[in-house]
Amino acid sequence: MVTQAETIDSPEGRKLLSLWETAPGLYGWLASVDHKSIGIRYLCTAFFFLIIGGIEALVMRVQLAQPDLKVLSPDAYNQLFSMHGTTMMFLYALPMLSGFSNYLWPLMLGSRDMAFPRLNALSYWVFLLAGIFLYVSFPIGQAPNGGWFAYVPNTSLPYDPGINMDVYALGLIFLGVSTVVGSANFIVTLLRCRAPGMSVNRLPIIVWGTFTASAANLLAVPAVSLACAMLWLDRRYGTHFFEVSGGGQPLLWQHLFWIFGHPWVYALVLPAMGIVSDALPVFCRRPLVGYTLVAISTVATMILGFGVWVHHMFATGLPVMSLSFFSAASFVIAVPSAIGVFCWIATIWTGKLQFKTPFLFFAGFVMLFVIGGVSGFMTASVALDWQLTDSYFIVAHLHYVLLGINVFPVVGGIYYWFPKMSGKMLDERLGRWTFWTMFIGFNVAFFPMHVTGLMGMPRRVYTYPAEMGVGWLNLISSIGAFVFAIGVLLFLINIAKGLKSGAPAGNNPWDAPTLEWATTSPPPVYNFATIPQVASRYPLWEDRLKESDERSIIGDLARDGMVLDKGKETIGVTPLDAEPNVVLKMPGDSILPFLLALGMTALFFGLLAHVIWLTALGVVCEIVILALWLTPKPHVAEEEVEVYE
Amino acid sequence: MRRLAALCLLVAPLAGCSGPPLGYLDATSPVAGAIARLGWGLTVISVGVCLIVGLLLIIAIYRRRPDGDLSVTPVNDRTPIRWIGVGVAISTVFLLGSAVWTLVTVHSIGEPPQAGALSIDVIGQEWWWGVKYHSSDPAREFTTANQLVIPVNVPVQINLTSRDVIHSFWVPKLGGKMDMIPSRTNVTWLEADKIGEYRGQCSEFCGLQHANMAFNVKVLSQADFKAWWDHQLQPATGSPDDPRLRTFMVRCAACHTIRGTQAGGILGPDLSHFGSRDSLAADLMPNTPENLRNWINNTQTIKPGAKMPELHMLASETSDVTSYLEGLK
Repeated sequence: MVTQAETIDSPEGRKLLSLWETAPGLYGWLASVDHKSIGIRYLCTAFFFLIIGGIEALVMRVQLAQPDLKVLSPDAYNQLFSMHGTTMMFLYALPMLSGFSNYLWPLMLGSRDMAFPRLNALSYWVFLLAGIFLYVSFPIGQAPNGGWFAYVPNTSLPYDPGINMDVYALGLIFLGVSTVVGSANFIVTLLRCRAPGMSVNRLPIIVWGTFTASAANLLAVPAVSLACAMLWLDRRYGTHFFEVSGGGQPLLWQHLFWIFGHPWVYALVLPAMGIVSDALPVFCRRPLVGYTLVAISTVATMILGFGVWVHHMFATGLPVMSLSFFSAASFVIAVPSAIGVFCWIATIWTGKLQFKTPFLFFAGFVMLFVIGGVSGFMTASVALDWQLTDSYFIVAHLHYVLLGINVFPVVGGIYYWFPKMSGKMLDERLGRWTFWTMFIGFNVAFFPMHVTGLMGMPRRVYTYPAEMGVGWLNLISSIGAFVFAIGVLLFLINIAKGLKSGAPAGNNPWDAPTLEWATTSPPPVYNFATIPQVASRYPLWEDRLKESDERSIIGDLARDGMVLDKGKETIGVTPLDAEPNVVLKMPGDSILPFLLALGMTALFFGLLAHVIWLTALGVVCEIVILALWLTPKPHVAEEEVEVYE
Repeated sequence: MRRLAALCLLVAPLAGCSGPPLGYLDATSPVAGAIARLGWGLTVISVGVCLIVGLLLIIAIYRRRPDGDLSVTPVNDRTPIRWIGVGVAISTVFLLGSAVWTLVTVHSIGEPPQAGALSIDVIGQEWWWGVKYHSSDPAREFTTANQLVIPVNVPVQINLTSRDVIHSFWVPKLGGKMDMIPSRTNVTWLEADKIGEYRGQCSEFCGLQHANMAFNVKVLSQADFKAWWDHQLQPATGSPDDPRLRTFMVRCAACHTIRGTQAGGILGPDLSHFGSRDSLAADLMPNTPENLRNWINNTQTIKPGAKMPELHMLASETSDVTSYLEGLK
């Protein structure tokens, strides 16, 4: 068998490199459509926003550490908690997972890139610029201040006259473009861009998670984009979608927001649960127990997730009959989660454990998921929720869910895939310290909030009176928050140390079974010298699991693998069985996605500032760039598409 | 260990006899009582689930294994999958049971056991509560603010709406939340088992002073309640030529009403019988002359963003208004 390293030095390898390589310099950096660099950019940008959102949280925890403190004015507090929520929900949680999926999908699926590489670049640039857009009014003290949920009429013009909520409304529409094109890209990539033999029953679970989340996003994001457009029109052009005096309905906003918001919450956790389902088994030295169950649970959670949005609105006075339906649905949605938890525990139980840092994060995740799950089960009960909703109990619940199911798997996932991305290992000792600091800090910060909530502290308050008796609990929470922050700092130190002087990783430092570990670390720009042919769910463990006699063929020039070196090419397959049926011509690097995102930024700034010429300039730019983008290019003879069969 | 500590943490503050003012697991009404029983039940199930799963996880991690064997070998998952089936089946039973319990509870507290003998409107506004008592006799209707007085053991119908943004009406010890939404009227009901005072709090984010939008509920015996109502119907005492009233008319009457005087502003709380109220500024502080004087002079420091402007009154004006209002028993 010819190894990957030898392949890189072969004539075929050099030819592929010249075809796929990104141009050096600034132009190349802005024009790159390589899914790996886009993925890493997503990860870094999202992590940067995590730190920003985290600092906002720390400042709020200082204000809340004791009753009646005056560190922050009510206005500053409202802006901080609004930006904290918006940042974490929109600019950290989903983009982070998109980063993983962008980086990993083509490697895991045995392809050379995503289905639409330029759309992929567009998705990143729009995310970055929309993130900056959302922060543009922060320095002048006019940041969004109506919460990430932005309930009208509190966010309508008479009650919120600044540009605060215009930034929010336009920013979310802007960001929605990124989410929607990214989701469409994931869906088509899954259906078409896989290695032959990578049939749907062999997909890694993170692929199931991201695919499910992407399908949901396509259905859910338009609801919030629409709602934001309506809010902006109400605010600036006097329409009456939500305006009571004109016959509008404040509850319409809540329905539109939560019919987006609840599926969104699942989109933030399903890919992260996929990270655990794929990486945890590696440290148990065995395949995941109940692969099919977990895959079906993932999809089932998402489908049910579209039928529970009213549980955010139990106290709005809707008829008890419909509340009961949504309450029951909210109980039922716990069943697929229970399946997942039992599958992970069974995997650990029957495995041969390797206590590496990623394992600690994934095992910690299981416990936090259960705690966040049962508090969700309590809030699913409509009667009990009449007491729990909008209290600190919910703050505890949502942080157990979002940090427990998103942040812990994400950090564990970075420990796991960092060697693949950088070719270097992270420090194990520092890794353990990171885990324990984060785990203890997290629980010290958020567990007491359950009690704070049961003692009646409402959410979104900038202070509270001493008589409520929750000062000591809040002090504990604040201390825990800072301990958690130290854990994140240790993690960053470990990354810096790893990049500078980490031990070389080799292709497969964890002896993991999936395709991404078959190529070099970091992978060559074209991923695989020959398109792999997949014969099982665990291509690199086939010889040991002995599930069948068939064997996958990976990176083996000697055995007639498809090199596809007549231009930038990858293989297209049938959606279910992954039979190869077409050679896909992949677009080269292009600055157009970046320019399109810039034009969009001009458009949105024009709308925000009511500057007609800037808006018009943005629109014209968009039209011209899209025309250039869509102009077909003639194929040179050598690049003619070859259709198999 | 951590969960054990957490459990103690959970029980400790709730075991105290009076408990925190907004704690709802020690309830004093049929509604809050039914919810509290459900709450304790689901909490016990939840803590149980955490303990069992935590235990399973710990055993799964630390159970004895042959040392150092990390080889990947063929697997047969029939047994673990069977156990997963058992676990999911048990979970489903508990989930369905809890759902049924919830629906039964909702049904039992959805409507008052008897038609409300008393109907009160509560109108949320930034950042205080208007309160209007209804009666079959229009002459017995009146308006007050920031304090709800109700008789013990009588179901009280509360009609909720808002004059500006969405607020939420919440008296944890007497019942769950109900939102106050402009252009809608949501109806809920309260019934207190015990005479006493209870704190209420806005629980939907409503802007700058959401945190300080509270009120209190005073539960009186039925006889005391009737006396209180009769007293509320009395007009303000004192001469119309009282110079202190004149100061009030000049400085305060554009926004505030006092029944029986010319003061008829509706932007701020109705101040009739203000001196008999327990607290001021939406339950922000006890109603004492010192606090009132401080409030009038430093409104925006005490409650930044409140709709009441700082009037920069002369010391004599402040004294006039304070002593006049405190005298409105």
